[in-house]
Amino acid sequence: MVDFLSQYLIIDIFISNFGRLMSGLRFTFTLTIVVMFFGTIFGVLLALGRSFGSKPVAWLCTAYIEIIRGTPMLAQLFILYFALPPYGIRMTAVTVAYLGFTINCAAYQAEYTRGSIESVSSDQFKSAYSLGMSRWQTIFIVVLPQAIRWAIPAWTNEFIYILKYTSLAYVIGAPDLMTQGKFIASRNYQFFRVYLIVAIIYLIIVWISTWIIDIVEEKLKIPGFG
Amino acid sequence: MKNKPLVQVKNLKKSFGDNLVLDGISFSLNTGENKVIIGPSGTGKSTVLNCINRLIMPDSGEIWLEDKEIVTAENINKIRQEIGYVFQGFGLFHHLTAKKNVMLGLRKVKKISKNEAEDIARFELNRVGLTDVDDSYPAQLSGGQKQRVAIARALAMQPKLMLFDEPTSALDPELIGEVLNVMKKLAEEGMTMLVVTHEMGFARSVSDEIIFMEGGKIVEQNHPEVMFKGPENERTRQFLFKLDDLYGKGGE
Repeated sequence: MVDFLSQYLIIDIFISNFGRLMSGLRFTFTLTIVVMFFGTIFGVLLALGRSFGSKPVAWLCTAYIEIIRGTPMLAQLFILYFALPPYGIRMTAVTVAYLGFTINCAAYQAEYTRGSIESVSSDQFKSAYSLGMSRWQTIFIVVLPQAIRWAIPAWTNEFIYILKYTSLAYVIGAPDLMTQGKFIASRNYQFFRVYLIVAIIYLIIVWISTWIIDIVEEKLKIPGFG
Repeated sequence: MKNKPLVQVKNLKKSFGDNLVLDGISFSLNTGENKVIIGPSGTGKSTVLNCINRLIMPDSGEIWLEDKEIVTAENINKIRQEIGYVFQGFGLFHHLTAKKNVMLGLRKVKKISKNEAEDIARFELNRVGLTDVDDSYPAQLSGGQKQRVAIARALAMQPKLMLFDEPTSALDPELIGEVLNVMKKLAEEGMTMLVVTHEMGFARSVSDEIIFMEGGKIVEQNHPEVMFKGPENERTRQFLFKLDDLYGKGGE
């Protein structure tokens, strides 16, 4: 009876807060997609800069990557949201969420991409050069397409990671799923049940994403290669 | 026609650190000629080929392809188009099908239209005896097929010179024949070829001259019959004798 009741209460809370939870989910999901899109583009550029750029460019890319990877995500959000306004840079919580997670994501995507760039063997360069291709032609036409194939599993892993870690957006009050959960719980004091619902929503979304990602990865496979 | 050599290598020198790999290499190659470089491992044979299309920059010396000097050339990419290169490890682009491998240089370097590049790719793949592999990826091909795709890819650029760097050394014994046959056919068609190989049968039956290298120097260069029957140099004799022990008499 108690079991039944608690189950009933979860559903009840879920239904009565459906709109708010779904708007949180929508924000979380949009945030993740946008962050992944720009984070991956910047990440690839950073990886190219670090692997093939001139010395100053490589140094700058390395510095960016190591500073971002070496500091907590939470600290980065706090700096953007609380530490910059005194210097005249004011951003809304939503902007900080988009910007902060993209900055962070780019550093990780860069390292995944660099790893796979380095796993493309040097004979690919030699054979492209022997056909008369230039260095950057070789990088963009021969090396990068292969490196991206290798990087895709790590990239999609990052997608799942970002999907969950955007929940940190609640610390600055961006209206993501976690923030909405926190808001609901602060009104009905049902902390356990509300966060249980939030966790279940994350779980379902992660499962669905993983399932779609598996299909995409399968489609992008090079026969016999990876 | 043959008064000016197609390729002239003059006093080529190269060191890697303290290690002197090429110590004054000179030879020439006329149009349509086929020369084979033999010699012990680590003797600089591959380095010579790498220098000819400047995948490795020599320390000094000259390399002439017709009237163009390669070592000091400003636009090396232009010259590389005229030199086909076949690697021991094939060097196929793993993310492209056999046909696209052949097409890539045509499309991106020679800027040929897609249809025309496709026709050329089919023609060249046929020429090396491959008909059903157009849409196969490198990982789906046997070693012999891979190497023939690599040869087709080089031929598609219509090179004046083909360099072969131990093209059969990474192949199973059973697959060596199919690659050597393609190379023989090319030689018969009049392609100018410089081949580094341990295949003495090929060297003997196909080449116009054999260059024996050791310690970064050319010890002897001579007609294959002279080399196999009575090399002038004692060291050449020892080397070929050892090869006979290993692989049987060349071409016999």
